[in-house]
Amino acid sequence: MKALSQKRRHPLAAIALLLMGLLVTGGLYAVAGTVNEAQATTTTYSAQDIEEGEKLFVANCATCHGIGAVGAPEGAHGLQAGPSLIGVGAAAVDFQVGTGRMPMQMTGPQAQQKPKQFTEEQTMQLAAYVASLGAGPAVPEEEFLDASQGNPAEGGELFRVNCAMCHNAAAAGGALTRGKFAPTLSGVSEKHIYEAMVTGPQNMPVFSDANITPEGKRDIIAFLKTIEAQGSPGGLALGSLGPVSEGLLMWTAGLGVVIAFTIWLTQRSS
Amino acid sequence: MGDHSHGGPKSSGTVATAGQGEVEKFQDPGLPPHRPRLADKDPRAEKRAERQVAILFVISIIGTLLFFVGYFAIRLDDTIATLRLQNFLLGMGTCFAMLGIGVGIVHWAKTLMPDHEIAEERHEVRTEEDRQIAETMVGEIIEETGIKRRPLIRNTLLGAMILAPLPAIGIFRDLSKEIDPDVLRHTMWDAGVRLTRDPDGTPIRASDVTIGSAFHVIPEGLNEAEHKLEEKAKAVVLLMRLHPDDLNVSPGREDWNYNGIVAYSKICTHVGCPVALYEQQTHHLLCPCHQSTFDLTQECKVIFGPAAHALPQLPISVDDEGYLIATSDFHEPVGPSYWERG
Repeated sequence: MKALSQKRRHPLAAIALLLMGLLVTGGLYAVAGTVNEAQATTTTYSAQDIEEGEKLFVANCATCHGIGAVGAPEGAHGLQAGPSLIGVGAAAVDFQVGTGRMPMQMTGPQAQQKPKQFTEEQTMQLAAYVASLGAGPAVPEEEFLDASQGNPAEGGELFRVNCAMCHNAAAAGGALTRGKFAPTLSGVSEKHIYEAMVTGPQNMPVFSDANITPEGKRDIIAFLKTIEAQGSPGGLALGSLGPVSEGLLMWTAGLGVVIAFTIWLTQRSS
Repeated sequence: MGDHSHGGPKSSGTVATAGQGEVEKFQDPGLPPHRPRLADKDPRAEKRAERQVAILFVISIIGTLLFFVGYFAIRLDDTIATLRLQNFLLGMGTCFAMLGIGVGIVHWAKTLMPDHEIAEERHEVRTEEDRQIAETMVGEIIEETGIKRRPLIRNTLLGAMILAPLPAIGIFRDLSKEIDPDVLRHTMWDAGVRLTRDPDGTPIRASDVTIGSAFHVIPEGLNEAEHKLEEKAKAVVLLMRLHPDDLNVSPGREDWNYNGIVAYSKICTHVGCPVALYEQQTHHLLCPCHQSTFDLTQECKVIFGPAAHALPQLPISVDDEGYLIATSDFHEPVGPSYWERG
C-alpha cells in the first residue's frame, strides 16, 4: 500500500488509471455481451489487483504470451510460443499458475505440473489482470467445490462418460499421442479440478456449464474425492494402470514364484 | 561322464587343441550312489521334518478357517473397508488352504518317504508273432460282423454316416444368417433427430458448444429405446467445435457441419472401441485400445495406427429452436469392417 501511495503522484499515474478504467469498462462490457460463462467474471477484483497483476504479467509471462497477452507471433513451422490469453478467464490463470504449470519450465509436448512459483495473492492478481482483458470462466464459487454436497454416484456416471477415456476409470491418468498425457486426478484440489473442466487446459477439451452443469461438476468432484478416500476395493491397485502394471507383476513376480516352486520340487532334500 | 584323460592335447603348447583327440565311446555311468538324507540318518531331523509337514497342514486348516471367518463373520455394511477385509480373508484363506496341503505333501515326500532310485527296464519290442495275432483278430472281427456278406447293412450305414454331419452345416449356416448385415448399416440417427447429452438425454443448443468443447452425444429417445445398449453401441457420437477455418471440408460435405461444430461416430473403425480421447489443440482423436489416431481437421482421416478408414461423419444442422439435429443417418456403416460392407 505504501509503495502505491508513493507512486500516485507519478506522471504516468493518470495514464495508468485511465487505462485501467478502460480495461475494466471494456471487460464489463464484454461480460455483459457474452452469453456463456459470464457469471461474476471481473466484478470481484479491485483495480489495484489488476494493476499488480499486469506488472507480474509483464515481468513473468509476456515473453511468450506477448505484451497485453495478445499471444506471440507465429515463428518457424507455424509454432507459437504462447497463445493469446484474451478471454481465457481467471479460472484458466488460477489453474495454470496455481498448479505450477505456468510459467512453463521448458517447451515440450505439454506443460508439466511443478511446485508453484507464485503466492496465492500473486496468482489472484494475475488472474484479475487476465480476466480484465476479456470475459472468460471465473474462479468457481465455493458452493460448487464442496464435495460433501455432491452425489458421487451421479458424478461417477458423468465421469465415465466424459472423463474416463483419457483420465482412466480410476482417475489414475493415461497416455495421449506424441508424449502428451492426461494426468492423474488423485491429489488435485477441488478448485483445480473444476477449473480444468471449465477452461480445458492444453489439450483437454472444454466442459462448459452448458455441457456439464456446475452441480454436475460438483458431483464429479464428489466422485473423485470418494474414490480417492476409500481406495481400491480389490486390495493392491498397482497404480490402477490396468494390464500394464498387472501384466508386469504377473510376468515377473508370478512367473518367478512358479520357477522357484519347480526348482524346489525337483531338488533333492539334504 | 566319459573319461577324457586319453584324449588330451598332443603338445603342451598354449594353443588349445581340444577336440582333435579321439573321443571314447560314451559309457553308461549308471545311477549315482544312493546318498542318505539327513532325516534318514538322524532321528531328530526325522522328527523335525515330521513336525514341519504337520505345521504346513495346520496352516492349511487355518487358511480354510480364515475363509469361513471372511465368508460368514464379516457383515458387509455401506463402507468399502468391510468389503476389502472380506476380499482379503477369502483370497488369503484359499491361498493358505491350498498352498499348505500342496507344500506339505511335497515336503513329506521329499524328506520322509523312501527315496531309492529305481531304474525301470524298457519293455521289449513286440515280436512279429504278436503282430500276426492282432491281424488275425481284426480279420475275425470283420468276418463276424458280416459286413462283406451283407451289402444292405453296409450301404445303409454308409448313407447314414454321410448324412449325419449335414445338420451341423445347417446349424452353423443359421449362425451366419442371424447377423443381418443390414442392421450394421443403419443407426438410430435420422433426419431431424436431436443430438442429446450422454447419459441424461437433454438436447444440446448450438450455442452451448463453445470452441474447444467436446460433448458425448446420444440420439434423442435412446434412453427409451427397446434395445438401448445395442442402439447405443452403434449411435454414440462425439461432438466438437473448431474454428471453421481449421476444418478442411471435402466437396459434398459443405453442409455437414454447423459453424465449425462437427459430429463423428465414436466407434473405432478398427475393432470398435470408443474413440473418445480428443486433444483440443492438435485436433487429434485417439483410440485407447490400439492407438489409432484420427485427424479431425481432415475429416477424421487415419493418421496413425491400425484403423482402416476414417470415422464416419454425422451430418448436422440446427432446428427452429436452436437445438442441434442430424440431417440424415451416417452415410456409411459405423464401426469395424465386415464382409458385406463393400
